[in-house]
Amino acid sequence: MTAQTTTRSIAPTTAREMTGAEMVVRALVDQGVDTLFGYPGGAVLPIYDALFNDNETHGERLRHILVRHEQGATHAAEGYARSTGKPGVVLVTSGPGATNAITGIVDALMDSIPMVVFTGQVPTHLIGTDAFQEADTVGITRACTKHNYLVKDVADLPRIIHEAFHIATTGRPGPVLIDIPKDVQFSTATYQGPDEVAFSHGYAPRTKGDSGKIAEAVRLIAKARRPVFYTGGGVINAGPAASAALRTLAAMTGAPVTSTLMGLGAFPAADPAWLGMLGMHGTYEANHAMHDCDVMICVGARFDDRVTGRLDAFSPNSKKIHIDIDASSINKNVRVDIGIVGDARSVLDDMIEAWKAEGLEANRTALDDWWRQIDAWRAVQCLRYTPSTTAIKPQQAIERLYALTRDRDTYITTEVGQHQMWAAQFYRFQEPNRWMTSGGLGTMGYGMPAAVGVQLAHPGSLVIDIAGEASIQMCIQELSTAVQYGLPIKIFILNNEWMGMVRQWQQLLHGERYSQSYSESLPDFVKLAEAYGAVGIRCSDPAELDAKIMEMIDSPHPVIFDCRVEKLENCLPMIPSGKAHNEMILPEGGDDIGKVIDEAGRRLV
Amino acid sequence: MKPGAGWFKGGDMTTAPNPASAYDMSHEDVVENLATFALLVDNEAGVLHRVVGLFAARGYNIDSLTVAETDRRSHTSRITIVTRGAPHVLEQIEAQLSKVVSVRRVHDVTRDPNGIERELALVKVRGTGTDRVEALRVSDIFRAKVIDTTSESFVFEITGAPSKIDSFVELMRPLGLVELSRTGVLSIERGAEGM
Repeated sequence: MTAQTTTRSIAPTTAREMTGAEMVVRALVDQGVDTLFGYPGGAVLPIYDALFNDNETHGERLRHILVRHEQGATHAAEGYARSTGKPGVVLVTSGPGATNAITGIVDALMDSIPMVVFTGQVPTHLIGTDAFQEADTVGITRACTKHNYLVKDVADLPRIIHEAFHIATTGRPGPVLIDIPKDVQFSTATYQGPDEVAFSHGYAPRTKGDSGKIAEAVRLIAKARRPVFYTGGGVINAGPAASAALRTLAAMTGAPVTSTLMGLGAFPAADPAWLGMLGMHGTYEANHAMHDCDVMICVGARFDDRVTGRLDAFSPNSKKIHIDIDASSINKNVRVDIGIVGDARSVLDDMIEAWKAEGLEANRTALDDWWRQIDAWRAVQCLRYTPSTTAIKPQQAIERLYALTRDRDTYITTEVGQHQMWAAQFYRFQEPNRWMTSGGLGTMGYGMPAAVGVQLAHPGSLVIDIAGEASIQMCIQELSTAVQYGLPIKIFILNNEWMGMVRQWQQLLHGERYSQSYSESLPDFVKLAEAYGAVGIRCSDPAELDAKIMEMIDSPHPVIFDCRVEKLENCLPMIPSGKAHNEMILPEGGDDIGKVIDEAGRRLV
Repeated sequence: MKPGAGWFKGGDMTTAPNPASAYDMSHEDVVENLATFALLVDNEAGVLHRVVGLFAARGYNIDSLTVAETDRRSHTSRITIVTRGAPHVLEQIEAQLSKVVSVRRVHDVTRDPNGIERELALVKVRGTGTDRVEALRVSDIFRAKVIDTTSESFVFEITGAPSKIDSFVELMRPLGLVELSRTGVLSIERGAEGM
């Protein structure tokens, strides 16, 4: 092996014989990958060497972004993937490299993000000996990937890599991991391109919906008196054409549209038919429309517990249509009347065609009544808050951020907690792929590395991570990555000195006993930014907010904006644990919040 | 069951109290059915773990499990898994299994009128005198084979539906049952067609 390590062979791209390490680089190029996120280590050195050679020979056609922690690599890949529709690619070493990547891999699995992760492994003959930096990576990640591979023979590597990209990006997207022992990276075999390999699996996801069920579904919608679209991340994953189809179908049917956290942007917030987000911190009008509707059209969402609230009181009188690419999502949590397995874009297009072909008309009289009811719910103004002249309200901070960035080419990422929900409520998304957040797993630390990935994919755009002072510290090291690559990401921290959502739940459920939720010993975020070579801005005066936000936007550098906000503001409205969609706590009920939840509700998450 | 109403409201499936959230879903009081799933899977390292791990991660039961390579040329193995659950849980299990990339086919043997299920058991019985004679007589009725004997024991080999083996074991218990080893259920479909 030592002989091989010292022999540098720069294989011409036409040569078919190459090492496993060279195959990885070649296959990535053939898959159209331009950016990969990684961190070197002993077990991936041959791949890093092949990358060095490729960059020398061909320029940076494959750009490696050196992160500061492998978790950062996975979230950056997620941000890249979510904002482009292309798979995110990660390269890390064995053992700790792989285990550090796990959180981002699970995050990608939960939120259906296409990702291919390469991990180095100790040489084949050392597997099982508890070798240095050995971990059973395929064993550990079997439960948290869509599929994974341990490559035992270099001849299989081209097929496995191309298969991995196919599996990660088709059907319900997800993370696929390839574990490559170091000796396999050094071995040589014949490379095969994406079109030359024969897949070894029977994997063939269904994308075309059943035409009989589609016809049945549109007839049901045409007869509806109180229809509602409930859309999710599946519409985003199906590409911008799916969002366009959703807009067309919503206009044809005259139905209002609400969306999950993951689906924001698929339908424009500026459209009069937009109800806002639904669920635990969704709007009053969206949740009431869900509860009272007679036909629900769920597209690419999965009846998550944050969305349904109390299951036995979930939309009790509706017929439910569920469109999902994952057959196991249908009838999982909520029984539906028409389940259509297929790609959101394909099914929505077919529904539009079926609607036209059958000459269907919406019941405009009934819809007028429905819209009157919706307007009555809107009049409640569930997102109202009381501004202050002395303290910045977190809601106000997001509203101003939106007002000052709405006309720009903006991408928003978030961490997890109150700030995330306020961002979802107050930042108004008009297009898909503009909103990157950790929905299913709820990973604090997601936002900044995700912003790094987004900024790399969209160099000229404004990329803002809306953060909390607690979340941001979980992956703060990636600021160094942003500085290294000159990525002018903006980190907008709603700093209330508390793990706000934890504090809110302790207030609600645990008698205001604030156990371990205060952020003691916070760093000086301005100095921290400066220490990393970024720009720090602090603001605590509402009167200065706009000017300082503009200063942040106008900076050509990465910025940490320490926005000091009202400390004890609660995120409302809210469906309390164990309650139904029509039992929301509104802002004026917030003071008495501890009494709303009963003993059973206290036990839930 | 009224569609769309949620299956938790009672009806023919459940007597569970209304859960307040997905976290509260209790299957304890739900009527559970046995189901046998036959799976054709790619014969590769870790494939059994994928299937078993899915059952563990989602809280499904495994009553019995058999696995062996069945076609060396196409690298396929067959896994037969006996599980139990309410109808909607069984439906989920089938959907979840079908999603595993290494799983080529999932067949619900229980719902198939042409499904055949068989199991093999080795049963050790120790006894003398009339018990020993009775054990031999019962084994004859069940068409069990004696595959080992000493002056005070038999090892019987018996095949059949799991319920037949259960009956045999219950009859052997008072006659000196010492040890029992069962393969778990195997299945195949009647007729000329393959899976």
